[in-house]
Amino acid sequence: MSTLEIRDLHVSIETEQGTKQILKGVNLTVNTGETHAIMGPNGSGKSTLASTIAGHPRYNVDSGSITLDGDDVLAMTVDQRARAGLFLAMQYPVEVPGVTMTNFLRTAKTAIDGEAPKLRTWTKDVKAAMAQLRIEEDFASRNVNEGFSGGEKKRIEILQMELFKPRFAILDETDSGLDVDALKVVSEGVNRAQGAGNMGTLLITHYTRILRYIKPDFVHVFIDGRVAEEGGPELADRLEDEGYDRFDASDAVTA
Amino acid sequence: MTNDTAQPVTNEKARIGAPGQAIVGMNEEGENLSTDNVSTEQHGAKAHSHGGGAGVSDSSRAGRLTSYNLSDFPALTGREEDWRFTPLNRLAGLHTDELTGPAPTVQVEKPDAVRVETVGRDDARIGVAAIPDDRVSASAWASFKEATVVTIPSELEVDSEITVTLTGAGMDPAASHVLIQAEKFSRSVVVLDHRGSAVVAENVEMDIQDGAQLTVVSIQDWDDETVHASAQQAKIGRDAKLKHVIVSLGGDVVRVTPSSRFAGPGGDVEMFGLYFADAGQHFEQRLFVDHAVPNCKSRVSYKGALQGQDARTVWVGDVLIRKEAEGTDTYEVNRNLVLSDGARADSVPNLEIETGLIEGAGHASTTGRFDDEQLFYLQSRGIPEDVARRLVVRGFLNEIIQQIRVPALEERLQAAVERELEAGDY
Repeated sequence: MSTLEIRDLHVSIETEQGTKQILKGVNLTVNTGETHAIMGPNGSGKSTLASTIAGHPRYNVDSGSITLDGDDVLAMTVDQRARAGLFLAMQYPVEVPGVTMTNFLRTAKTAIDGEAPKLRTWTKDVKAAMAQLRIEEDFASRNVNEGFSGGEKKRIEILQMELFKPRFAILDETDSGLDVDALKVVSEGVNRAQGAGNMGTLLITHYTRILRYIKPDFVHVFIDGRVAEEGGPELADRLEDEGYDRFDASDAVTA
Repeated sequence: MTNDTAQPVTNEKARIGAPGQAIVGMNEEGENLSTDNVSTEQHGAKAHSHGGGAGVSDSSRAGRLTSYNLSDFPALTGREEDWRFTPLNRLAGLHTDELTGPAPTVQVEKPDAVRVETVGRDDARIGVAAIPDDRVSASAWASFKEATVVTIPSELEVDSEITVTLTGAGMDPAASHVLIQAEKFSRSVVVLDHRGSAVVAENVEMDIQDGAQLTVVSIQDWDDETVHASAQQAKIGRDAKLKHVIVSLGGDVVRVTPSSRFAGPGGDVEMFGLYFADAGQHFEQRLFVDHAVPNCKSRVSYKGALQGQDARTVWVGDVLIRKEAEGTDTYEVNRNLVLSDGARADSVPNLEIETGLIEGAGHASTTGRFDDEQLFYLQSRGIPEDVARRLVVRGFLNEIIQQIRVPALEERLQAAVERELEAGDY
């Protein structure tokens, strides 16, 4: 079992108006085999947490720690974090013109595993994973995310998660912008990966809708850069009925 | 980053970029940039500038002087619209001297059915597809002694490419002339492979007759000291198709000016360009698409990479849709990737539209540094920074290389890009 541990994390960004605090002391422990939902209103810092774990240069860690089985994640470069087993499914996947999906997937898999995948089984694995996520075959020859619809991009993120087999997957609003059919397909992908038993999931979402298809073990409510409330799946049901209004979000930051 | 299109909605003459016409998101910055006497303030991300601004009396491409007589073109000052980015002091006399040096030697590999001739100046076919529109081109026209004429006979479909290798014969200013005649309904690929050391002004004529399909790939893989000015003009017949590709990799100053003129309806042209400028190199590409007849289509895509101190590229894309060219469909794009400090790329798309009755007209231009978000995305998938950079640069340029569809040539150009990347700082 592996553990991703976040302790008293404070994060800020530089804006034109000066330094802005976004995370104000986040504590969170995720073990492999567990699914944690992180919910909260816009601007509460959910996506900042995701990007900070992945190492996006825009976010400055002012204090606190992130460790993976005791190893200091904050001391790692972005690519080292990925090779250590962290995966971020991005809210807005980036288009990389000129680089084909096939080339990209193989290059990334080689980097993560430290050796090139066996061509035969790799091709088979990619095809099978694409079929399960209902991704058209011609995507493989197209450039990374280029000209893909929002829903297609999200499915490609989940495809990568299934192929790279991370220890921890952070899904940053993967459900936003998806229709119900796409949401089901994506959720099935997450459940398959989680069902294999060697992955922990941090599911970041604004809505409760995706929690009908992916059952969280724990729910954390983010308000103004902190975890305001924690509980089991029943907390999600309560949020579905009541929304975030009962939390005082008047001083929520915008991230 | 800028990405915009223009869709005319009226029949009035609308000249994009004309003085006084405000375009949202555009600025007129850069209009007064002159030749090579400027600093490098433009490196990095910057919106493209538009032609036709202050300081240019009449920038309409329709008004450009064309003549076979050198004496019609005044001596260059460097302030002319079409020379303002060119370092005249590095042209090694191409614009001032008589071009009496030995012309590059010509070697041709071709299938038997294709005819290749060396002809004198008085051959009736000379001038069938081109007329000089700048002084250096006119000077080459006045000076060349022999021309190479490549003829693809009617209805011949050639599977292997025709390769014309032009090897520099020394550093005395010289003139060169090539005519490619693709007769009716022929289909062929011609490669112009420029190598060695030279100071040469060149005219390339491309006569694509009705229903013919011609691909021309012009590779500038010169030695470091070479100075090359190449006017490559195409006349595109009814329902004919041209794919024109320029690749500039080597030389001190390389200035290529490709033009496509539609001579009959139903014509289709694709113009591609790839350039990779290292420290000190000046690579300039100025293209012109002349939509003079109805129902023709043009697509232009040029991409350049720059690395090293004083690496310099210029791209100017003039597209003119004349009043009679109804049903025109055109789009041009230029993208530059700046890989290091001290490099500078200029990108100037000019779209002139004299009729509103067209299918579409647009342009886009970006000049940016290697994108941090792209880098982050690739790194977040475990790919180390240096591998990610190479992946992106290779991919960026491969988009053009992939268009060539001559496998041996694609491999050679990919290898050339790898060498350029290895020569870089990272």
